[in-house]
Amino acid sequence: METTTLIPTGPPATRPRRSPARLVRAAAWIALAVLLAALPLYIDTAWLKAGQYMMIGAVGAIGLTLLTGQAGQLSLAHAFFLLVGATAYTVLAGPTDEERVIGLGLDPGLALMGAVLISALVGLAFAPVAGRLRGIYLGVASLSLVFLGLYFGQSLDSLTGGTSTGRTPATFELFGFPFSNGGPEIEVLGVPIRQAERIWYLFLVLTAIAFVLARGAVRGRVGRSWRAVRDNEAAATAMGVGVARAKAGAFAVSSAFAGLAGVMTVLWFDILKPDESEYGTYGINVSIAFLAMVIIGGLGSVPGAVVGALIVNGLPQALTLFSGDLGWFGETGGGGLTPILVSSFIYGAAIVVVVLFEPGGLAAIGRRLTGLFRARPREITREETS
Amino acid sequence: METFLQLVVNGVGKGAVFALLALGFVVIFKATEVVNFAHGSLVLVGGYLVVVTRDSLGWVGAAVVGIVSAGLLAILVERLLLSRSKLADANSLALLTIGLDVIITEEIVRRLGVTVPFLGEAWDAQPIQVGGLTLFRTHLVAIGVGAVLVTAFFLAFRYSDWGVAMRAQAENREAAALMGIRSSRVTATAWLVAGLLAGVAVLFIATQDFSGSGLSRGTHSIALAAFPAAILGGLDSTAGAVVGGLVVGLTEALSAQYISFDFSKSAVFLVMLVVLVARPSGLFGTRESTRV
Repeated sequence: METTTLIPTGPPATRPRRSPARLVRAAAWIALAVLLAALPLYIDTAWLKAGQYMMIGAVGAIGLTLLTGQAGQLSLAHAFFLLVGATAYTVLAGPTDEERVIGLGLDPGLALMGAVLISALVGLAFAPVAGRLRGIYLGVASLSLVFLGLYFGQSLDSLTGGTSTGRTPATFELFGFPFSNGGPEIEVLGVPIRQAERIWYLFLVLTAIAFVLARGAVRGRVGRSWRAVRDNEAAATAMGVGVARAKAGAFAVSSAFAGLAGVMTVLWFDILKPDESEYGTYGINVSIAFLAMVIIGGLGSVPGAVVGALIVNGLPQALTLFSGDLGWFGETGGGGLTPILVSSFIYGAAIVVVVLFEPGGLAAIGRRLTGLFRARPREITREETS
Repeated sequence: METFLQLVVNGVGKGAVFALLALGFVVIFKATEVVNFAHGSLVLVGGYLVVVTRDSLGWVGAAVVGIVSAGLLAILVERLLLSRSKLADANSLALLTIGLDVIITEEIVRRLGVTVPFLGEAWDAQPIQVGGLTLFRTHLVAIGVGAVLVTAFFLAFRYSDWGVAMRAQAENREAAALMGIRSSRVTATAWLVAGLLAGVAVLFIATQDFSGSGLSRGTHSIALAAFPAAILGGLDSTAGAVVGGLVVGLTEALSAQYISFDFSKSAVFLVMLVVLVARPSGLFGTRESTRV
């Protein structure tokens, strides 16, 4: 809350000097943005799909790192909120005239925002439970949401389409422009901009928005209150932070990110299909994969979460695409090594290695590397570390 | 009424198995304050070694090998990984066990391939009639074995040197160390006990009577239900683990019959949520007090 101080504060005497480091950083961001925007012109559809999958992971992992890293609440429920977002989008944007499933026929853009909002509200509804529990107790309690999601996904088939067939989500459209192969023909430098390219740009924008919002939250008052609660609830209360509110807020925000990742998931698969067991698109394995991204990236670090997502979600995709050339993964099933299996081994081992040798994850390594080139440490980095 | 009685016997039988698993969680938690997310993979490893060795050793020999190797794996995990990272706090170590669990589970599931072997041939699928009741032998044996092991555990916990040392360490680590208790030995033994119990439990889980499915990824997720058992009893209460196990077993058996089979797994977790909302540290767990 804003408090008025007795001492009048004016603007600082001098504007902070634009240091070379800042310019370098700005240039790096611009270069990255240009690179990502230009990629669809050079890589083929399969790699674009792989990249989109990594962005889904990034959005979800950013949400989880805020909750688990910044606010200190262990959650294994992330996959459940993905399912909530995915279902909400499909229902909100679904056609109204189907007899088997319910659809509200909203504009897909509105449906996306609605799905994010609904996910946040569901997260908020869990807050009374989350607020009472700490650490491992909360982790296991949140696991129950995944099981509830499994049950509801199976039983509410007028919403989800059921486990056997699922249902197709509406094509995403923005102001009448479809993110599919239909609509106006666009060509850039001789490359047709079709579904894969369009979804790539959509996901890129969504990921960028998620990133900027999360960074803002971490650096602002909200992030400070989360960290205060994480480090010591009693002390946070004494400092005037509403503990219950901060915890509930973190859960709602994180669920919103997960919900967005869920919408992206359903657009990526082009089908909403609830799982038949605890292992699947919205199962425990997904919750654990998100946790892996966040741990590998460094708990609480937003860029770390993105890099973690590139590794955990990118590996199986990249290995699959490479395997044709490499011939590593001969037979599928039958006890052979599959790309998914190999990447599970890698990220499982990465978690172990990170906890044992570098609890700060890749973020800490990155900070140390950039620290070599930077004269004075930024104050914010100390706050960001967990 | 007869169905109900039958369900209660089934529920208690399942509950006995969950109690064994939950007891493992609790012992590890008491000794190290680490929650072992890799418990399900200990279960899988024990079961897998039974599958591999039973052709050459016979079922009894294989069962012993399975139980012992689950115990040894637990000790290895503790000695090689957890004991080496004294700096990491208990919550990070819990995350470490998640990573470990992913690796071990994926490897066992890969090795099993398409086979889904049943393990409990000494008692599986031989129902017996008592009056009008059809009782599954697996559940009856599980109740017996569970009762014996739990009693033995509580006696050891109460009277043996290890039990006293263990309780002292759980009470106050530093003070126990100053009294000459070797913390590393107590901790390693705790993991060994937990591993052995997991190895016993799998012989009942991967059966026709218990889950209707052999050793597979599903076994791992059944073992996950021991989590709510341990949590709702209170993570640091051994008696709570047994009570929690029974509650989970009964909830699962009754809700599968009276609500729906799909719902039974969620029901277990729902019961846990309700208990946690009322008592955030479980039924018998010690409440954390915060010092400012």
